[in-house]
Amino acid sequence: MAQAVLTPEAQTQPHGSGHDTGHDHGHADHPPTSTGINSRKMLMWLFLASDCMFFGALIATYMIYRNHSLTGPFPHELIDIPYTSVSAFVLLMSSLTMVLALAALQKNDLRGSRVWIAATALLGTVFLGGQFFEFTEFHHEGLSLQGNMFGATFFTVTGFHGAHVTVGVVWLLTLLWVSLRGGLKQEDSLDLEIAGLYWHFVDIVWIVIFVMIYLIPYDKSTEQLHEATAQIFNTARMVLGIF
Amino acid sequence: MSRPGDASSGRGPRGERTSVAHQAQSLPGTHEAGHEHPTEKTYIQIAGILTILTVIEVAIYYIDQEAAWLVPALLVLASVKFLIVIGFYMHLKFDDSRLAQIFSFGLGVSLAIYIGMYALMHFHRALELTALMTSATR
Repeated sequence: MAQAVLTPEAQTQPHGSGHDTGHDHGHADHPPTSTGINSRKMLMWLFLASDCMFFGALIATYMIYRNHSLTGPFPHELIDIPYTSVSAFVLLMSSLTMVLALAALQKNDLRGSRVWIAATALLGTVFLGGQFFEFTEFHHEGLSLQGNMFGATFFTVTGFHGAHVTVGVVWLLTLLWVSLRGGLKQEDSLDLEIAGLYWHFVDIVWIVIFVMIYLIPYDKSTEQLHEATAQIFNTARMVLGIF
Repeated sequence: MSRPGDASSGRGPRGERTSVAHQAQSLPGTHEAGHEHPTEKTYIQIAGILTILTVIEVAIYYIDQEAAWLVPALLVLASVKFLIVIGFYMHLKFDDSRLAQIFSFGLGVSLAIYIGMYALMHFHRALELTALMTSATR
């Protein structure tokens, strides 16, 4: 791709001007790029794409070893759907407050953006508190990383998700502190938008985890696994005639 | 969306940028010129839809855990929630389509990892089953 040709006007423009005059969502602090996409935003999307692969591998591992625990405790003995449903709802609502924070900042409503950022961080903290309580309860019931396959895969998947939420909460609290010191203004809304992308990603990962780990009944996947295995076996025997 | 050759995107016929001045007139950020993000009211409505979908997920879990349609239904509902969040809250529906392509690539690879590992497990079990049947018939 050809390099951009800098016009004298563009070269003399101060940092943070000359962009996106018709649709300024805080991208004004970025120099022009050959792609036309803000580099920080593209980097965040690249990171999220790679994080998708990371969680994809973790969740796939969980599902494969889902019914391979030789000893208890087993998922159906521990998982509390109503409790986790409330946690899922809390995280969903934090996505709403996050997007409202961004909308407020883009309208130069600084007070509103601070309130919504604080609300998002609070909801994230509530979610983390719930997860800590759940982990503690499971541990008291005998579940551990070393105890059985369910413990190993469950704590790994949900633990890494919790670590992501923790990073998000710290990020939001940092932005709140910067905002309170007057460093987060309308023209800086890209900073909040990028944090928001990360936060929403954490939410969509939980949407998947909630279904795959909590809602799909424990023995369901085993039955389907055996049925599929038998079908594959029979098909291979008929087609190839080798068994 | 801005595509190579599109006059409104500030690109030349082969997708290259022609000048910064041209960029400044179009989209140096990631958003299309002329589009609008959803309003706060829309965001709240979307949150309502997501809540309803979550309630449906939990409800069908309790209705019949033995039903054959349970797992497909849960996966469809989760996919809808997933798409709504990335489309509206992450603005992927309104942003440059290349961002959607980047994310779709990551998502596609993660799905391929899932399918590949699952298939590996199936075939591994099939071979184990074959060995057991062979030894039993001898």
